Amino acid sequence: MSVTAWAWLVLAFPLAGSIAIGLSFRSVPSRIAGIAGVAAVGLAFLCALGALLTMLGDPAESRSYTSTLWDYANAAGLDIKLGILVDPLSMFMVLVVTGVSTLIHLYSFGYMKSDRGYHRFFSYLNFFVFSMLLLVLAGNFVLLIVGWAFVGFASYALISFWYRRTTATSAGMKAFVINVVGDIGLTLAAFLIFREIGSFDYGTVFAKAPETFTTNQGTIVAICLLLLLGAFAKSAQLPLHTWLPDAMEGPTPVSALIHAATMVTAGVYLIARTHVLFGLAPTAADISALIGLATLLVAGTIALVMTDLKRAIAYSTMSQIGYMIVGVSIGAFGAGMFHLMTHAFFKALLFMAAGSIIAAMANNQDIDRMSGFWKAMRFTSVLFLIGSLALAAFPLTSGFFSKDEILGYAWARGGFYEIFTIGGYIGALLTAIYSFRLVFRVLPGDPCEEARELIDTGHVTHAEPRNPATGETEDADVGFPGPEHHIAEQSASMRIAMAVLGFLALFGGLVQVPGVDDVITKFLEPVFSDSPLASIQPVILADWEGLAVGGVISILGIWIAHYCYVAQPATPAILRERLRPLYVLFVNKWYFDEAIDLLVVRPALAVGRFASRSFERLVVDGLVTGATDLVRGAGGMVRGAQSGFVRAYALLLFGGFAALALYFLIVSS
Amino acid sequence: MNLEWYLVLSGLLFAIGAAGVLVRRSPVVILLCLELMLNAGNLALITFSRMVGNQQGQVFALIVMVVAACEVVVGLGLIVAIFRRRLPLNVDQLRGLRG
Repeated sequence: MSVTAWAWLVLAFPLAGSIAIGLSFRSVPSRIAGIAGVAAVGLAFLCALGALLTMLGDPAESRSYTSTLWDYANAAGLDIKLGILVDPLSMFMVLVVTGVSTLIHLYSFGYMKSDRGYHRFFSYLNFFVFSMLLLVLAGNFVLLIVGWAFVGFASYALISFWYRRTTATSAGMKAFVINVVGDIGLTLAAFLIFREIGSFDYGTVFAKAPETFTTNQGTIVAICLLLLLGAFAKSAQLPLHTWLPDAMEGPTPVSALIHAATMVTAGVYLIARTHVLFGLAPTAADISALIGLATLLVAGTIALVMTDLKRAIAYSTMSQIGYMIVGVSIGAFGAGMFHLMTHAFFKALLFMAAGSIIAAMANNQDIDRMSGFWKAMRFTSVLFLIGSLALAAFPLTSGFFSKDEILGYAWARGGFYEIFTIGGYIGALLTAIYSFRLVFRVLPGDPCEEARELIDTGHVTHAEPRNPATGETEDADVGFPGPEHHIAEQSASMRIAMAVLGFLALFGGLVQVPGVDDVITKFLEPVFSDSPLASIQPVILADWEGLAVGGVISILGIWIAHYCYVAQPATPAILRERLRPLYVLFVNKWYFDEAIDLLVVRPALAVGRFASRSFERLVVDGLVTGATDLVRGAGGMVRGAQSGFVRAYALLLFGGFAALALYFLIVSS
Repeated sequence: MNLEWYLVLSGLLFAIGAAGVLVRRSPVVILLCLELMLNAGNLALITFSRMVGNQQGQVFALIVMVVAACEVVVGLGLIVAIFRRRLPLNVDQLRGLRG
């Protein structure tokens, strides 16, 4: 079978799964729906492997395939096809998306078992996988926008999955609105591209772009900035990031799949995909890298003080995506995509372990109340530790190789770009501290109440169904993670999923050891060979020096975390007192929510209120009531004729005819 | 005899019918007067047919008779329905369509 045939199958399975599960919720038991959901994505992964094997049979230069099912629109110079492009970049994304999705579906199979919305959950989850695959396989900008909007919807539906929870539904709306801001940017960028080049097709656009634009010409910079708007909204970069921490209201598998491993990396993919355009607009690429750097530092500092377990990991996700954005913006495409992959592994793992702990805590996410889970849940704790090690870039774990490769490339590019290396290492220190802050606060120590109960009785606490954020009582049927909670220790499917991810998080980095194998860079090379930045390669020795620095920083960070939270537990309180202003800034998340509220929401509301009071009341109401008054007045004038007396009508009729006859008589004579 | 007299008779019949429609209040009489007006029209049509010398006017008169028969059916049906519902058989009191 050809590569594209496999790719169409990859798209078809999750779509079929989503529709079948969605339609059969009355007739099929939830267990079978779950198996179907896992199988659909699993088959998609197998087809992706088939496509990869077929692709590897061809020489590296010719590994780019397009295929078209039919025309969307073909008129007046517009030529939009339902076509896909399979090249090493999209192949790589498809493998990461389907692979991680399969494991997370497997985890959800156990985690959501007692939820009433089981069918709905798997239908949405399969739909999300389909949309994400459509996004990465799209062969033109129109199909990209379709996939882009679909994943936005899937994200909204899954964040608001527990729809009786007011916090969840408002978080869903927030995510959707901010994503739509990004969609507008992407759509306008596509429009500008079409206006300048006259095509939406990737191949045509990238081939013609160098002839059409000169470097840093206004239009191309505008196009790239608009693309960045889309990428930043989807990938939760400053200042469009505020939806991601709130999105943690959704079920934990959703956080693992959409808000850590796949959807939020769509922005990284977009920048890598349009690297030809960014190559022509170095200014935009630099802005993008700087925002990535700012995000990774800001998010890292917030993660230091978050007391909500899932939100802390969410800020860590933003920070790691910042690294990827820096990578693909400065030209370290292979390294950026490599970090995307390893991050998908260890962050999905971290979320799964956190989900298991949160389930054991009866849905409470506050790390101040957690302790002693090492004794209560050994399996989860080991995997949480593995995920944190990889996140902290501990030597020889996957995060170690991928993060340092981006920073090493920035150093090799030299000059202005060295600030990304320095900033990145500061970020790495923060990463190590905050990831091990979570570890040291949750795992060791005396077991908390819930952990104690787990050790003593072997099952989990059944707390009052209360929303931890607002304290309001919740409907245990819908709008709460079910009356029972599922932790990884007790479900085989969750254990398998976490074990596989744990293995990948530990050893996934070995596919790209500098100077040894470089599998991913070599695989992606044909896609990026046209970029002038591709020739910059750090020498292997420099790479290993970078790795050494990174390793030292990681161990230093872990040591600091150990000092603050285990050896001298009073330190955080002292630091909090000493650095009060900084602490307040971090705890309030750098006041981004307040700033957006002040700069965007309030002015928009004020304009709306003004318009409703003046324009709506005077002009619109005036026009509408004016029209009805006119009709009513005209009716009032003629209603007198309708007396209801039949004989009066007859008289009018006769009189009228007589008058007409008289008139014609006079005229004719 | 001159053909114009037929037209005069037709005009007289029409005027009588129209006056009846205008002055009488009973729906039955109004219906009768309407028939009178229609037949005045028929008489005029046949007269014109004779004057012109072809049969088209006579055919027209036949069609008018059919229409008149239909109209009587509907009109009498209405009157019977009004009577059954014990409404006044007086067109001046039946003024529910006043604007």
